[in-house]
Amino acid sequence: MSNKYIGQSVKRVEDKRFITGKGRYTDDIKLLGMTHASFVRSPYAHARVTSIDISAAESMPGVVAIFTGDDIKETGIVGVPTGWQVNFKNGDTMKEPPHPLLIATGSTAKHIGDPVAVVIAETYAQAVDAAEAVEVDWEDLEAVTDPFKATQEGATLVHDDSPGNLAFDWELGNPLDEVNAAIDASAHVTTLEFVNQRMVPNAIEPRSYIGHYDEVSDKYTLYTSTQNPHLIRLLMCAFVLGLPEHKVRVLGPDVGGGFGSKIFHYTEEALVTWASQQTKRPIKWTETRSEAFMLDAHGRDHVTKAEMGFDGEGNVKALRIKTYANLGAYLSTFGPAVPTYLHGTLLQGLYTTPKIHIDLCGVFTHTVAVDAYRGAGRPEATYLLERLMDLAALEMGKDPVELRKQNFIPAFDGVEQPGYQTQVALQYDSGNYHGVVDKAMKMLDYKKFREMQQEAAQNGKLLGVGFSTYIEACGIAPSAVVGSLGARAGLYESAQVRVQPTGKVSVYSGSHSHGQGHETTFAQIVADKFGIPMEDVDIVHGDSDAVAFGMGTYGSRSLAVGGSAIMKSIDKVLEKGAKIAAHKLECAADDLEFAEGKWTVKGTDKHIGFGDVALTAYVPHVYPEGLEPGLDFASFYDPANFTYPFGCHIAVVEVDKETGKVKLQRFIAVDDVGNVINPMIVDGQIHGGLAQGIGQALLEGAIYDDYGQLVNGSYMDYAMPRADDLPMFELDRQETPCPHNPLGVKGAGEAGTIGSTPAVVNAVIDALWSGGHKVKDIAMPLTGERVWRAMQSS
Amino acid sequence: MISYPFDYVRPESVEEALEHLGGDTKILAGGHSLLPTLKLRLSAPDKLVDIARIASLKKIKKDGDEIVIGGAVTHREIMDSEIIQKHLPVLSEGAAVIGDPMIRYKGTMGGSLAHADPSADWSAMVLAAGGEIVIQSKKGKRTVPATEFFTGFYSTALKDGDILIEIRFPVPEEGTKMTYQKFTQPASRFALVGCAAARLPDGSARVAFTGVADAPFRDKGVEEAVGDWSEATLEAAAQKAAEGQNINADHYASEEYRLHLAKVYCKRALLQLVN
Repeated sequence: MSNKYIGQSVKRVEDKRFITGKGRYTDDIKLLGMTHASFVRSPYAHARVTSIDISAAESMPGVVAIFTGDDIKETGIVGVPTGWQVNFKNGDTMKEPPHPLLIATGSTAKHIGDPVAVVIAETYAQAVDAAEAVEVDWEDLEAVTDPFKATQEGATLVHDDSPGNLAFDWELGNPLDEVNAAIDASAHVTTLEFVNQRMVPNAIEPRSYIGHYDEVSDKYTLYTSTQNPHLIRLLMCAFVLGLPEHKVRVLGPDVGGGFGSKIFHYTEEALVTWASQQTKRPIKWTETRSEAFMLDAHGRDHVTKAEMGFDGEGNVKALRIKTYANLGAYLSTFGPAVPTYLHGTLLQGLYTTPKIHIDLCGVFTHTVAVDAYRGAGRPEATYLLERLMDLAALEMGKDPVELRKQNFIPAFDGVEQPGYQTQVALQYDSGNYHGVVDKAMKMLDYKKFREMQQEAAQNGKLLGVGFSTYIEACGIAPSAVVGSLGARAGLYESAQVRVQPTGKVSVYSGSHSHGQGHETTFAQIVADKFGIPMEDVDIVHGDSDAVAFGMGTYGSRSLAVGGSAIMKSIDKVLEKGAKIAAHKLECAADDLEFAEGKWTVKGTDKHIGFGDVALTAYVPHVYPEGLEPGLDFASFYDPANFTYPFGCHIAVVEVDKETGKVKLQRFIAVDDVGNVINPMIVDGQIHGGLAQGIGQALLEGAIYDDYGQLVNGSYMDYAMPRADDLPMFELDRQETPCPHNPLGVKGAGEAGTIGSTPAVVNAVIDALWSGGHKVKDIAMPLTGERVWRAMQSS
Repeated sequence: MISYPFDYVRPESVEEALEHLGGDTKILAGGHSLLPTLKLRLSAPDKLVDIARIASLKKIKKDGDEIVIGGAVTHREIMDSEIIQKHLPVLSEGAAVIGDPMIRYKGTMGGSLAHADPSADWSAMVLAAGGEIVIQSKKGKRTVPATEFFTGFYSTALKDGDILIEIRFPVPEEGTKMTYQKFTQPASRFALVGCAAARLPDGSARVAFTGVADAPFRDKGVEEAVGDWSEATLEAAAQKAAEGQNINADHYASEEYRLHLAKVYCKRALLQLVN
């Protein structure tokens, strides 16, 4: 079958509406009689509510209703649940304290912005004014924000029934005594104690919700800026509000970015839905940017000690990790899964390390919840491994690239050669790690760079190169396995392919697009498989009434899982279409071949087009006996395994010797994300991912003070990467197909973020070593002051 | 967020604008500092007097031996002005490192000086260029040298009922060189430390800092130490940067690092003037 679209950089169908300002986001939607919500929030990170007085606020102009934590408590609504259970090492059940929709009198707020009351008014301004008039008396309490300190004796407790602030402890890998022995027997051990700092997701569209209860139909509609409408519906109906799922429609219209933060079910979604039923009015809430900084689940925040043992030849013999992972005050939807099954399982990296052990504490603190943020666990694992590798090379006087290559898992395609079984539970699907490194090194011109570096050092300049070779795991699956690991949901995807009587095709996908370009990529696949123009394919997503079910978009799963579900339905359409075509052409279905949009009797020029078959399916006058009319198939696809993209990233930096300021001069990324459907979209995903990963290395990071106040909760204080912080990216690709899904694709959404961060930090460390500053680590983000201090002290 | 309610007037002239002042009134020019404080409800004026479109405040002109920039001239207009590029190129180059394009198209030099953010870029440049601030009230006009204009943390010589209508600069003598060197705060793009310096034909210097202390300041200690402008002298002079000042500290830069940056950027600015 020839491909007209697959593999082509087709311009994105979505871009016309986005670029011309015609996107339709939740906040753009106005319903008849719509009211507006504003929240009364805790100004403290930890404080007891001693009283809530709404009397003044109630009589303010335009106020429709005010609900407090006391009202919610009366209803018996407990709060929003987490979607993943990670039990203690000793088998004890994970601590899962309630996450209430609003804090009641006598209870404590547990992070800045924890809500106490919601005011619903005719206009947003009236809601804000009245919310200010709600009087709350607080008893300010001690707060703890650092995950290590929170576990120490005497630390104040976030939840009374979670001693040591532990939600769980957890381990993975080889038996600890074997790993200890391997470390002890090592000729060289590289040790790194570091913090993988807390990140604010910063989607350009703040969260926005409209709850609408319609009395006449007794139906609920929730418009939500989300990455997975169906999961929100399931969680909200089954676990929070107890609503009948068939009476609830959840819509995720255009969504302006998520980066993970819009996967989760937030209290405000449930609250506007519930309150709409109480007030019998639609209620809109759109968060402010300040609220987005405070409340959208943050990412990363690990405190880690990592040790890597080598034999005398530089072969990695053991890896031992102790990590304190900050979960925030409440367990968010995937909060417990991120530091465990999305992080610990990636610690094999690309290396043949025979003994690995990770010991991890999941810790409550008085901070907003930490959950998946672009890469989710894999960037933390990659940062740890790749920082250790470059540092070990410096310490042992070896070349960092050669050190990696000698430890690489040899190439395997997952078909002729089996998948690679790691020490940490996963089985890699296919890989060729030397391939991406060799390509990237050619782009760098390594020999020339080292000469330039030496020359620069002689002229008093600090040039550095940093490497990162990563593997990641996309399309988390299969459902039975993740279920056994504590997931409370399946991780499959659904897709319906409906061929209309005129041969036009509507695709209903459970994947949700919020910047990824599904409306283009999916249409490219469908158009090629049916041999029809892309304009004849429409991708419908983000509506629980239109789409049968969906697990949404995160973890770079849409194409690998959602795309595969579409492929299954395409196959069913073609199979049934062949039966109809055979009947019309008076031959056996086996005698037909489908290409270029038509079924042809092999060896003849007798054929029938896709459109004719579609029409026949719906006007079945001349039709196979016993065959149902219609050409419309739904499928659910549950993958056999994760997919495992990998790549090699190289950063070149110059460090200002006097100020410590880092200038990123070059960034090379050679990624292998399996087969590529739309190279332009993949490049775009890589570019965005790199910007975020580099942002973590050099610019970003949430700062809480000792009282739990968010110090840098605005764009005046929190530095996002901008175009002039970044060089022109130098990209290339290798395509090692995934052996276990029909498209051979692996996923490209997070690769850039996962690979880039350690490359940049390694480059800065390399630059400092070139000037004689033998620094092991600098805490991210690598601000001028931190780099300057590192030089001062070494 | 959404601000508290306020009245809004857009007068046609400075005289008309003056009539609106008094009480809890705020003057609105580019709005890039004022509007965020309103939206965050950190300030609650009764009335905004929008002077951004008053024609007499929008002019850049040469007036005898002075260059005059109207109070409502935007950063971008200064960047693009042929008069500025010819006589005070440091201001044109300096405008280019303020914020981002949106800020440069809306923000004004007058607004920036009146707001007196301790990290604003213009203040150092205006000090080093020997600028004067022309202020009008109902009682008349008065001219305050930039050296006397900045009085502290977000505070200036402006009083209630005043409008900053012009910034005047002496046309530099032939052979004068000026520069502005800035270490950018990566989030806000304000100056973490900014140093503006001028070398006058008689060998004297004007050196000013922003971002370093509560208010921008001329640094007499450095100015008096430039001597023969030899590299060694300048390096020694730069070591005197910000002597006696209370140095700011925040999560981007400690006191120690900021002082270090002041010295480094002072040296770079001075060396820029001899190369």
